Amino acid sequence: MKNPLSDKITGIKPSGIRKFFDLVSEMKDVISLGVGEPDFDTPWHIRDEGIYSLEKGKTFYTSNSGLKELKQEISNYIKRNQNIEYNPNGEILVTVGGSEAIDLAFRAMINDGDEVLIPQPSYVSYEPCAILANAKPVIINLKPENDFRLTPEEILENVTDKTKILVLPYPNNPTGAILEKDDLEKIAKVVTEKDLYVLSDEIYSELTYSGKHVSISSIPGMKERTILINGFSKAYAMTGWRLGYACGPENILKQMTKIHQYAIMCAPTTSQYAAIEALKNGDADVLTMKQSYNQRRRFLINAFREMGLECFEPFGAFYVFPCIKEFGLTSEEFATKFLTEEKVATVPGTAFGESGEGFLRISYAYSIDTLKIAMERLKNFTEKLRNH
Amino acid sequence: MREEILELIEKNSRIDLKELAVMIGKTEVEVINEIAQMEKEGVICGYHTLINWEKTTKERVNALIEVRVTPQRGQGFDAIAQRIYNYPEVNAVYLISGGYDLLVSINGQTLKEVSTFVSEKLSTLEYVLSTATHFVLKKYKDHGTIYAEKKPDMREVITP
Repeated sequence: MKNPLSDKITGIKPSGIRKFFDLVSEMKDVISLGVGEPDFDTPWHIRDEGIYSLEKGKTFYTSNSGLKELKQEISNYIKRNQNIEYNPNGEILVTVGGSEAIDLAFRAMINDGDEVLIPQPSYVSYEPCAILANAKPVIINLKPENDFRLTPEEILENVTDKTKILVLPYPNNPTGAILEKDDLEKIAKVVTEKDLYVLSDEIYSELTYSGKHVSISSIPGMKERTILINGFSKAYAMTGWRLGYACGPENILKQMTKIHQYAIMCAPTTSQYAAIEALKNGDADVLTMKQSYNQRRRFLINAFREMGLECFEPFGAFYVFPCIKEFGLTSEEFATKFLTEEKVATVPGTAFGESGEGFLRISYAYSIDTLKIAMERLKNFTEKLRNH
Repeated sequence: MREEILELIEKNSRIDLKELAVMIGKTEVEVINEIAQMEKEGVICGYHTLINWEKTTKERVNALIEVRVTPQRGQGFDAIAQRIYNYPEVNAVYLISGGYDLLVSINGQTLKEVSTFVSEKLSTLEYVLSTATHFVLKKYKDHGTIYAEKKPDMREVITP
């Protein structure tokens, strides 16, 4: 029989997380700090609105780009939070999570051989999706001495005349790093000079702890070259609802919508109705969740300090990225040993790129009580290793 | 700072103050002083424990009583409310808008004990016009805490 598989697909490495996931699933009584989704339930009023829409029989397709009311609310939301105007007619597309938006952007914009700059450590999907779209991923290895922020120098070192897109994943998974206005202005300068486009994945934009998130799209000259991606998963604890959106120049969004129309038809209708409620009335819920995350963040940073574990203070998302190089183990060795000996699951930094070697991703999407126990065990573990 | 301390302490009055201070980004001394100040001002009125008596062997009945009164000249409802709340069996007295005046919550060991209290002590008070007693049959949620079994963490163990 013919080989049924696409070479391109079989050539893509399997997710570094999968192996670990399988290991953890086998064990009992493990405290897993490896989760990338909020521990909160979707606020009740949002769930209620989704349920109500089902009761009312709203179970049909919506228009491809999303419910008109939802696109309008998204436009309002971006205007009030970022002071950027996106026209709901043509500049906004409602997608199946931020994930789909990333995929669509690559597929709509890449020609064979175009290069895509991908800063790492970062979310696992950028590299595979770029490859799927026939792009050549060019990895930028971020540095801990820069607090894992992307610098214009790093862009210049890696840009060629084939570079088409720069992926900007901030606030960042797995490091928790953010970019501030000055950083963005410097990056914007280089992006404009080299005539690049930016794919700005801002899914954690609501979870910043040192001032409001600034989108690169708000920097003068950037709106016309940025695809802004965001969604409802992290801010409103709606991961399973699969809802996100992309905003950008009309000509690009038109092509993204075309792919979306053929491959997906439309994002889930129930989720769209729930999302309208989230945008209209969910601000207070987001603030409450953010305050909780912030408390946990401070708790963890303090715990690391007390046990002498090196970790830069993150101001975004819900991850901390401590350095475990002093113990002479690789990230995977450390994480596996920690898991088998203390029954705490963390994710080795290498799951997010080679530059994650020597680091561990710990999620604080858990109650303080769980984090307390986990930190006790981490303290035991690091002391054991040091006294060895 | 105040609101953040109060929100945390309201949910867990036994919270370690050093931990609380770390969580809100302040020093332990600042937190201790602020709490002492709030206790002095009567913002923090007590540190109680929420108990589900259903799960103990002790008999306990809770009743909510609607009380209609004639407000007293010059004192409104305050004097009557005081006569009611002085009783240790009474654990809450609220002045309510709507079809009646005071909502009184009473704890007793048995239905009979509570009914006796209402008929002999409460209804007979001067200025009390009428009472309507409702016995609490089941508590689903109290003081912000749901009594049902704790929901397990249903998320996949590791996600990117």
